[in-house]
Amino acid sequence: MSDTIVKVGLGSCGIAAGALDVFNHLEKDVKGSFHLHQTSCIGLCFAEPIVEVHRGDERTVYGNVDIKFAEKIMEGISTGQLPAENRVLEEENASKYLKRQVKFALKNCGIIDPESIEEYLERDGYKALEKAVSTMTPDKIIEVMKDSGLKGRGGAGFLTGQKWDFLRKAKGEKKYLVCNADEGDPGAFMDRAILEGDPHTVIEGMTIAAYTTGASEGYVYCRAEYPLAVKRLKKAIADAEEKKFLGSNILGKDFSFHLHVKEGAGAFVCGEETALIASIEGGRGMPHLRPPFPAESGINNYPTNINNVETYANVSNIIYNGAESFNIYRSKNSYGTKVFALAGKIKNVGLVEIPMGLTIREVVEEIGGGSSTGRKLKAVQMGGPAGGCIPESLFDTPITYEDINATGAIMGSGGLIVMDETSCMVDVARYFLQFTQLESCGKCTFCRIGTKRMLEILTRITEGEGTLSDIDLLESLSDHVGRTSLCGLGQLAPNPVKTTLKYFRDEYLAHVKDKKCPAGVCRSLIEIKIDAEKCTGCTACVRVCPVNAISGERKQPHVIDQEKCTRCGMCIEKCRFDAIDRF
Amino acid sequence: MGQCCCDGLKTEAEEIIKVTGVGKEKTIPILQEIQSRKGYIPEDLLNKVAEITGIPESKFYGVATFYSQFRFTPLGKYLIKVCNGTACFVSGADILFDTLSELLGVEDGETTEDGLFTLETVACLGCCSLAPVVMIDGRVYGKQSVDSIRKLIAKIREEEKTAAGEGV
Repeated sequence: MSDTIVKVGLGSCGIAAGALDVFNHLEKDVKGSFHLHQTSCIGLCFAEPIVEVHRGDERTVYGNVDIKFAEKIMEGISTGQLPAENRVLEEENASKYLKRQVKFALKNCGIIDPESIEEYLERDGYKALEKAVSTMTPDKIIEVMKDSGLKGRGGAGFLTGQKWDFLRKAKGEKKYLVCNADEGDPGAFMDRAILEGDPHTVIEGMTIAAYTTGASEGYVYCRAEYPLAVKRLKKAIADAEEKKFLGSNILGKDFSFHLHVKEGAGAFVCGEETALIASIEGGRGMPHLRPPFPAESGINNYPTNINNVETYANVSNIIYNGAESFNIYRSKNSYGTKVFALAGKIKNVGLVEIPMGLTIREVVEEIGGGSSTGRKLKAVQMGGPAGGCIPESLFDTPITYEDINATGAIMGSGGLIVMDETSCMVDVARYFLQFTQLESCGKCTFCRIGTKRMLEILTRITEGEGTLSDIDLLESLSDHVGRTSLCGLGQLAPNPVKTTLKYFRDEYLAHVKDKKCPAGVCRSLIEIKIDAEKCTGCTACVRVCPVNAISGERKQPHVIDQEKCTRCGMCIEKCRFDAIDRF
Repeated sequence: MGQCCCDGLKTEAEEIIKVTGVGKEKTIPILQEIQSRKGYIPEDLLNKVAEITGIPESKFYGVATFYSQFRFTPLGKYLIKVCNGTACFVSGADILFDTLSELLGVEDGETTEDGLFTLETVACLGCCSLAPVVMIDGRVYGKQSVDSIRKLIAKIREEEKTAAGEGV
């Protein structure tokens, strides 16, 4: 029986859903009947906690495993009859989920134990580094990287091989490499999942980049909210150093690269490369004008190259298997695969990796399983606060840099949030503006004050105080903020407003002219009322109301105090008699 | 002779610098170390660190006020972070926040009078599949509702009351 392997997914998401309790429970009862392994995010976040049972070639994946079900699995292992329920990858829906995906950057995520360098080595780990340092010249590596067509996956989409070439040709006594892991887009968790699930692949990618460019020192600048990623990365660095894949005289060659982890302190703008450098140097993370570009003058004025986590995670595979292994996936001028964090009102929330050229609809409906609420889907938001909302009518747009940019959104770092009819697009624009306004570093006037004015206008509109001239003003401010800001934060901040104005103008007009919120979200524009005919006076709504706005005798119709009511809608969901609704 | 409080401060400041190292690029790690020990950035300790390292206080304050991680007031016993990432936002994070704000009688960033709870919103905790999410003292509670969050707070208050009762 001991050939049975049980794996528990211990990524942040899984742990949050209770996977650690399951793991600890299984650990208590192992008693030699199976091998217990930890792994990380397999991408099926919607079914966490996940437990996999491997017996020979047979692999069974269980979702939503609690302690009780874990016991059932253990029982199944000892009797040889595994439970038939809770299997996540065997339904029709799930097979589509896998069929459309290509795991390139995520090749090891959810498969290996991220804290074991041995398991990484078993899956050809560090072989790309060996190949690079013993058989390839830096020029050859740059050629392969350029051929692969890999573009920076952090959002900017600049050709990686080209960027490396800049650093290689830059003159300086010392050169730095940085991995940007300051994943700040709300609703994005790709980089976290890669660092938690396969830290060595990022280290290997960086070491190959160091060999190619002549950098001797590197930093991984990681968001402070990701403690597990930091912990696993630090362990991976120590293990890689011990095995001579990192540090001095790597693989016995005359080549050294020292890697450090730098924890960010909570500033979205530090995802911008010059701000990130200022932060590493110990200052306020404010961007500066380029040129000079970091490749000429970066950390402490030395030449520096910055790539994002997913970009580095692609490198080892490209070098080991050749440029063709990546550029075989191609649509227009976009090559390879892209990792997305699917979230929002969608069934299969999780981490997916798709080849370029799949349409939004294929991702949302086939991989994502469609709407989770049964309501009609309305839009997807791509690119976070710098991106935009793409309406359902454009869901047949292929996912390539060119096609997504043409919609007014951006590919971004990979956040893909699905919205249904219950999302108000004006409110969504307000939400993103609130975010960028708060995160603006304050250096550029239009970003500092312009976003503030835009937020005020959007707030006014959602409160029913907006006028038609406000919409004109929003458009003109969007234009100015975009054109007069120094960095991407300000330049792209108007995108959520511009795209919602472009595709959902009728919703703006409904707010302004009719003083109505069609989605029933904007609280100043709706009233929640109880239908006295239908109300049985069961008091369920009274108990759920967070602000005690509902009153009435038991078994008598209840009423809502409109002054106190915050229009949260909890009572509507709680009412079993359909007696409460928005008006 | 017993040490006066200034000596204690000096010792602590020196311990901090020992962990982080000195240099102008160490301002953020130093502030992070202070906060991880104290829960916030106490003025006297920061001034002492500035004095020993020779990094101007103004530099420390400039950096500390720029990053959202740093705080200048002590935390409550329980730190409640309401995630306001996009996935949580479309799933009703604002309602959770309003519920907590009403229940605890505090606004964003404030601590309850009894020093028990600090309420904060956070940009994104990255557990989007569990939206809406609330984190209390580092533990994530997913798929929260008004009902469940109220029960959670009631449970913590009950435990605190029992603990206080036993203490008497």
